[in-house]
Amino acid sequence: MTVPLWYYLVLSGLIFLIGLVGVLVRRNIIIILLSIELMLNATNINFVAFSSYLGNLAGQVFVFFALTVAAAEVAVGLAIIIALYRHRSSINVDEFRLLKW
Amino acid sequence: MIYLLFGYFAIVSIVAGVCTIALRNPVHCGLSLLVLLLHVAGLFVLLNAEFLFAVQIIVYAGAILVLYLFVLMLLNLKSEEQYLHRTYPYVIFAGVAILGELLIVILQTPYGGAKGEATPEVVLTVGQSHAVGITMFSDYLLLFEIVGVFLLGAIIGAVVLAKTPKPTDQPKTDLPI
Repeated sequence: MTVPLWYYLVLSGLIFLIGLVGVLVRRNIIIILLSIELMLNATNINFVAFSSYLGNLAGQVFVFFALTVAAAEVAVGLAIIIALYRHRSSINVDEFRLLKW
Repeated sequence: MIYLLFGYFAIVSIVAGVCTIALRNPVHCGLSLLVLLLHVAGLFVLLNAEFLFAVQIIVYAGAILVLYLFVLMLLNLKSEEQYLHRTYPYVIFAGVAILGELLIVILQTPYGGAKGEATPEVVLTVGQSHAVGITMFSDYLLLFEIVGVFLLGAIIGAVVLAKTPKPTDQPKTDLPI
């Protein structure tokens, strides 16, 4: 007896949407990065669910790679945030409009 | 029983996800993300993916989240009064609309497809970490090597970006007299 696949798909869709709304709604850059983590986790749930239901381990290998990409993204993203904070003493996205026209 | 566990993990991860984007204090947001990550790891156990369960807890909860909290405490932010964009009701409305479309698509799709050879019975006899390791180091060896180089590049980039810039003003002895 296992949980049907679509339960997992609905759950991961919900978590992905929460992350998407978080990226669009928040003004703090660190929280925006946290929301990106939410979205990456949602895709991981999808990968593992399909891998388990279709009997193919490639999905789990890809989750492993997605995890390393997430770690790299966090390292570089937080370094950029520290550099930004040093220059502007703020991490509020509304105050960075240098590249806007 | 398994439905009960799934429901627990699913509900707690959704609530923790909402808390992650809705709480005012950034440290609380990070801690709710920790709760979400641990419960997603529980979902991985329900899906017979013990290796990813361990990796999720070690890498995400152990390393990535500590990095976040470390930077949050380094920057020492004060909680702002207005922490959401002014347009947030529209975004939430759009999110609910996309959720509706997503539900329609997910519920209408038939999930068939060819079954691979790694059924839960096979995986549980040889051990899940063993099976994932064999797949990773045979079919995806090149990807594994590329990810290593990628991580090295990310580490160097992070160190270069976060380095303290050298003071630009010259010492006084160099001033023209």
